[in-house]
Amino acid sequence: MSVSLDEVRHLAALSEIQLSDSELESLATDIGNIVGYINQLDELDTDQVEPTFQLTGLQNVWRDDKIEPQLSREKLLNLAPDTENNQVKVPKVL
Amino acid sequence: MTSLINEIVNNIKSGQTTARAEVEKALRAAQDNDELHALLETFDDEALHRADEIDAKIRRGEQVGRLAGVPYVAKDNFLTTIGHTTAAAKILENFESPIDATAIERLDNEDAILIGKANLDAFAHGGSTENSAFGPTHNAVDFERVAGGSSGGSAVAVAAGIVPFALGSDTGGSIRQPGSFNGVVGYKPTYGMISRYGVVAMASSTDVVGPLTRTVEDAELVSDILAGQDGHDSTVHDNYFQPITDNSQRSYTIGVIKDFMGEGVDADVVNQTQAVINRLEQAGHTVRQVSLPMAKYALAIYYIVVPAELSSNLARYDGVRYGVRSDKAKSLDDVYGLSRSAGFMPENKRRIMIGSYVLSSGYFDAYYLKAQKARTLLINEFNKLFDECDFLICPTAPTPAFKLGENTSDPLKMYLADAMTVPASLAGLPAISVPCGESDSGLPIGVQLIGRQKDDAKLLAFAKEVERL
Repeated sequence: MSVSLDEVRHLAALSEIQLSDSELESLATDIGNIVGYINQLDELDTDQVEPTFQLTGLQNVWRDDKIEPQLSREKLLNLAPDTENNQVKVPKVL
Repeated sequence: MTSLINEIVNNIKSGQTTARAEVEKALRAAQDNDELHALLETFDDEALHRADEIDAKIRRGEQVGRLAGVPYVAKDNFLTTIGHTTAAAKILENFESPIDATAIERLDNEDAILIGKANLDAFAHGGSTENSAFGPTHNAVDFERVAGGSSGGSAVAVAAGIVPFALGSDTGGSIRQPGSFNGVVGYKPTYGMISRYGVVAMASSTDVVGPLTRTVEDAELVSDILAGQDGHDSTVHDNYFQPITDNSQRSYTIGVIKDFMGEGVDADVVNQTQAVINRLEQAGHTVRQVSLPMAKYALAIYYIVVPAELSSNLARYDGVRYGVRSDKAKSLDDVYGLSRSAGFMPENKRRIMIGSYVLSSGYFDAYYLKAQKARTLLINEFNKLFDECDFLICPTAPTPAFKLGENTSDPLKMYLADAMTVPASLAGLPAISVPCGESDSGLPIGVQLIGRQKDDAKLLAFAKEVERL
């Protein structure tokens, strides 16, 4: 299975990862090999099979509707690489 | 084998030793084994201070916790308010968590002492700890070989005698396989037994928290403290874990997964596993050869489901709210793209992009949905085997620890090291790797025991018997 460089560029964009040309090339090979491997599931007939999305069988796990102590705004803002006026700062968007 | 942890606690409580002496011993052992690179950070001052507090409580005759004074390390994907939590990735290199993971909090409540954080494959993506952004961990028995992974640092810290137990996480074998590679016990509980709150998420439908220990009894003790709902992880069952103290001999039916005893499996691994099976038969258990035909598809299912889930979970590392932001970023797109490019390891990028591939428009049904349906078929096969067997047995890994660098150029070959651990993960079953012998060249080999969902206590009781055989 081969994956084209354009496809890898598209995946990189979807994944928000900027890659060098050499990274793109080696990822095209790796992803091609891995997709080739996972394609073996095509051998299985799954038409009448329900998918498994969760394992516990638990439904609607509730907790009491009461306010618990939360982390302070200051503590959380301190984690950000850049802040201004109590807000997280990023480069101009518009 | 009896509990090493209980022995330490009893010696501290009776005054034969002190928490301070135990912590000093652990910190010294960490330093002596520095070249193994099991730990990314140690907390000497904090740990000694905590030890003094516990020693003072004991001197005053106050009640202390079940793990009083016992030093331990946590894989560095457990959030801790002490030190850093890096997940062994550059993007979290400077991250200081404002919270403790539930597991850390519960161990602290029992007076265990966190002395450091253990190395891992970045974001737990890998099976050798070679994907750490801070360099690999070396195997505790053979310096030229890998620690296994992704909880490689945790396994080596226990195997090298630095600490009697360590916390790890297991998504497809990340506790069991390094346990096997280093000759320690590695236990993956039933999915949903222990809260993952405060553990860096990888694949939410298979991630579990568990211990690496020297003895099965220690795994049981630590798990007893960790199990049960905390109000922060909606996948957690109400605590059902009740250690079995009655050790009276019972006869079980044990299924040997024959698909994992043949081609492609190292001869020493097969021989050591077969030796355990023979001893179980001699001990009066019924042994059956069973087949799990879906096993050969398990890795393919895993490498669709897990990348899909982790590509979503890792979307949060964007260089905006926390973590490292690229200083070359001029636009918001650069903030995302350059921070993620510099902050993730190649294997992280590979897995995120495979996740994007299988989830992308037009491919969802062909890959993700197909894999989740195949997962149902695998679970159905397990259920059928458990109609006639109490436990399943097979090797933990197809080979003993491989050489550093041996598999790094071929991701698929690296993935094959997980072939025997992934099935139980996809089905949410409890599984444990127990040391069972050595290869001809002296490398540790572990045997894997798998139980029914929620049969954790029974599985551990059985594992204790296997350990004694």
